[in-house]
Amino acid sequence: MSDARASSAPNPTPVWRSVLNAIGKVGPVFLVLVILIAWITYLNPRFIEPTFFLNFLRRAAPLMILAAGQLFVVVTGGFDLSQGSLVTLTVLAGALLAFGDPGNTWWVIALLYGIGFLVGLFNGSVTSFLRVPSFITTLGMLLSLKGLALLWTGGAPRGALPDNFRAFGRATIDGVPFVGRLPWAVIALVVLSAFFIYLFHFTVLGKHALAVGDNQHAARLAGVRVSLVRISAFVISSLAAVTAGIMLGGFSGVSINVGDGLELESISAVVLGGAALLGGRGNMPAALAGALTLQALFTLLNFLGLPSPIRVTVQGAIIIGAVAYAAWRAVRAGQERGA
Amino acid sequence: MSAATQSLPQRLRRVRIPIIWWLLLVTFLTAWLLVTLYGRGDFVAPSNLNNIVERATALGIVAVGQTFAILVGSLDLSVAYLISVTAVMASYIMQGDPSRVPLAIAVVAGIGVVVGLVNGLLVTKLRINPLIATLGVGLILRGLLNASFQNFAGSVPRSFQYLAYGSIGPVPVPMLLFAVVVAIAAWILMRTRFGAHVYAVGGDRATARLSGIRSDRIVIGAHVLTSLTAVITGLYLVSRLSSGAPWIGPDGVYDLESIAAVVVGGTVLAGGRGGVLGTVAGVLIFATLDTMFNQLGVDSYLKQVLRGLIIIGAVAVYAYRSKEVVG
Amino acid sequence: MHRTIRIMLALLAAIAMTFVVAQNDFFDADDLQFQLDAMEMEAEGPADQPWIQAIEPEYVDTSEYATEGPYTVCFSNAGVNNPWRVVGYTTMQAEVDLHPEITNFIHVDAEGSDNKQISDINGLLASGDCDVLIVSPNTTAALTPAVEAACEQLPVIVFDRGVNTDCPVTFITPIGGYAFGAAAANFIVENLPDGGNVLALRILPGVDVLEHRWSGAERIFQDAGVNVVGSEFTEGSTANTKSIVEDYIQLFGQIDAIWMDAGATAVAALEAFEDFGAPYPIITGEDQQDFLIKWRDEGLTAVAPTFPTYQWRTPIIAATMILGGESVPGHWVLPQPVVTEENLDQYIQPNMPPLHYALCGCEEMPGFPERWGGR
Repeated sequence: MSDARASSAPNPTPVWRSVLNAIGKVGPVFLVLVILIAWITYLNPRFIEPTFFLNFLRRAAPLMILAAGQLFVVVTGGFDLSQGSLVTLTVLAGALLAFGDPGNTWWVIALLYGIGFLVGLFNGSVTSFLRVPSFITTLGMLLSLKGLALLWTGGAPRGALPDNFRAFGRATIDGVPFVGRLPWAVIALVVLSAFFIYLFHFTVLGKHALAVGDNQHAARLAGVRVSLVRISAFVISSLAAVTAGIMLGGFSGVSINVGDGLELESISAVVLGGAALLGGRGNMPAALAGALTLQALFTLLNFLGLPSPIRVTVQGAIIIGAVAYAAWRAVRAGQERGA
Repeated sequence: MSAATQSLPQRLRRVRIPIIWWLLLVTFLTAWLLVTLYGRGDFVAPSNLNNIVERATALGIVAVGQTFAILVGSLDLSVAYLISVTAVMASYIMQGDPSRVPLAIAVVAGIGVVVGLVNGLLVTKLRINPLIATLGVGLILRGLLNASFQNFAGSVPRSFQYLAYGSIGPVPVPMLLFAVVVAIAAWILMRTRFGAHVYAVGGDRATARLSGIRSDRIVIGAHVLTSLTAVITGLYLVSRLSSGAPWIGPDGVYDLESIAAVVVGGTVLAGGRGGVLGTVAGVLIFATLDTMFNQLGVDSYLKQVLRGLIIIGAVAVYAYRSKEVVG
Repeated sequence: MHRTIRIMLALLAAIAMTFVVAQNDFFDADDLQFQLDAMEMEAEGPADQPWIQAIEPEYVDTSEYATEGPYTVCFSNAGVNNPWRVVGYTTMQAEVDLHPEITNFIHVDAEGSDNKQISDINGLLASGDCDVLIVSPNTTAALTPAVEAACEQLPVIVFDRGVNTDCPVTFITPIGGYAFGAAAANFIVENLPDGGNVLALRILPGVDVLEHRWSGAERIFQDAGVNVVGSEFTEGSTANTKSIVEDYIQLFGQIDAIWMDAGATAVAALEAFEDFGAPYPIITGEDQQDFLIKWRDEGLTAVAPTFPTYQWRTPIIAATMILGGESVPGHWVLPQPVVTEENLDQYIQPNMPPLHYALCGCEEMPGFPERWGGR
């Protein structure tokens, strides 16, 4: 029913109209992002300086990667609520296993991705084969994984993350021409974003994921291996969560509540990016921009100096507003086509 | 209705006891066995059974309401903060003065209706996904609440604490309150037109609309009921704690836990099938586990892991069985 | 559609208007003065065992509770949901092991919920197994009725946060939050360059122990005319802390001092300065190992008031005293040391976890250091 991505006007249109169409096609999220960044820059001109802006990107990186993973699940018609707890598990287990010894970093990271893979496999299999709604599967995992992390460490962080582990979230390359200090996390973000865009828009997996979310039965009839696509989506989401966990642990060190609430932020980001919950519609650059927009919003509210509770209220109102606007657009698009 | 002509065993066989009650029975027997084996007291003593119901009350009332939202194919993540809003506003208005109790109840009931209407309108008229809509409303309530109150505000009069601590004969008032809420909810679902429409709308909104049901009104009505149960939970909690604080709702995780209780109780997340009695059983399972873990002295992290697995396991069993029925 | 939007806006406005800004004042001048005086007093008891010391004790008779062992000690715990409570609870369990007369120790964890803690206490009372009940209340006001009900059945010991009733046999606590906040604020006032910017980082609003720390500090800052550029809530998250500090450095160019109401995220705050290549600020933390080690290694200008975890030993000791009929202080105020540059080295334990609290008083206990996660 929601086929806005396929709509295009065949008759010749003025330039401004086609620009507007282009914005409309990828979603107004980019426009909102530009406005937010302009506003922040107006309040604090240094924000746009390379060092500061790259630092902003570094801070946004974990949420953007979470949103990219979440998008795969959302377009297949599901939710992944276990991302936040998996982030916490990654950070706590990473510190416990590595115990501050740089020699342990690589096998620990490999093991963490192994855990992430298993979590994704579990989420996907239970959802596909046992036909448990993904909201429930991943809600159960949200509770279980956090419990497991605390059980494993005895309730408080133990050990420490070695410096070479933390580099992914913290280290910078100094003296880069034009930009000064370039955070590793930003490089990782660029590479991963390109990878996710490729995976989502230019591979069979991405097309099949959209097809499964749009109409599962039709997809199956068309030869799509629905279960495999679904499980892959959950695995990607979990691996993204492990990546975000490595970055967040690197950024700010170990704490037991590092992942709390991230799952809802990543869903909000994806939705801001115009993806339809319950599947079938989504766009990777827009989802990444959605996460960046959310982070810019947090920053703007900080800079406006509002009391912190009011920031929460504004955040709630804006999420509702954005989704209401998207729903309104979808309805209008439907009416224009006489559907 | 030919059951009347059948023999008792045949009739018993025809009455399918929902699987959730078996699950509750198994949980209860396991807990009883373990607690007895480890010599940690009398699990079936009346005082202990009372304690289990006491643990179920706050979550139980709001979970009954959540059942309505889920039955119409929606859900409500704003209940946790609405519980806080209720508790804080009630004690702030009462200020320990018995004569202001009616005013306080009227105001919080009004807030409940408004929040329910907002949730319902967002979901129906603006077609916002209920997860996002109610999450957003929850955030708005949280911000307003924290901006206005930082701590316990005001207090409830002694007489109002009757709601949480009184008893009529041997029956504690909270247990009675819980039973009344469940009875009213069950009556609405099973005996009223609105109840029938709730199932119809949750089952298939398009068909329901074609058969002349104004489905938007039903969804909005369900959301108002959900919010009202959150208000009742908030009033019960403020009566129990003697004063309301902004963190009461989120600390109890009433949003996700109530949804978990509803689906463990056999209501289908997509709507249309289920009921409040299953929800009650779901809440009682969690409360039994709580009591068992307390008495065994096992730490809460393990309980959290188990709780998650039970949620997944229970719903997997339902899904498996419904596949059998459908074929 | 527009009508709907108008209705929604009107409804939202209606909700917003039902809220009124209520000023909560946590400040109590008498408590502040008492605590500041207590910091200067000499505690009674052996100096090498601060967990059995007491400041200005007034002993109460407990002969009515004397009973023959063995004992069942019950403990209703607000939660084991942060590192401070994990260290404290581990220390308490070790203390139980030191007392052969306690054959049964029943611990129930309220997981940070007032409602559950009331049920927990009712459940313990219903079981009839307990000889004595220890309560660490989740919040002061909400737990008062449950504690009052317990007092009617058995001796009750309250520690950490208090309750609004005198019925417990003893209330055990370190000196308190005002003294904590004041010690940190005074250090900043003494060391801050003229016109320097101070940022206050707090965990959450509304927790009385934490509110006391801030109101103790706030007055000192006001009186000294210090420029407090912001007071922010971190929710105890290192990521939030680091982001907030980065924003403030960016916004104000320079932050000269950071006041914290709890030290668990102090290192994250310092890392924000490192990542910006900015000089370290004056900082106040707590007795967590990661902060103490950073302080020593970087030669920070710092101070660490404490809310010592050794207070978790005292309730068990008090329980055995009460059940043995020995008199105990009715309000048992424990000393509350401040870690300064002079005594820093004695608190550093590199073999312990990063968020291990140095003032656990647990170094001589069985199972140290492994039991506390050390090596």
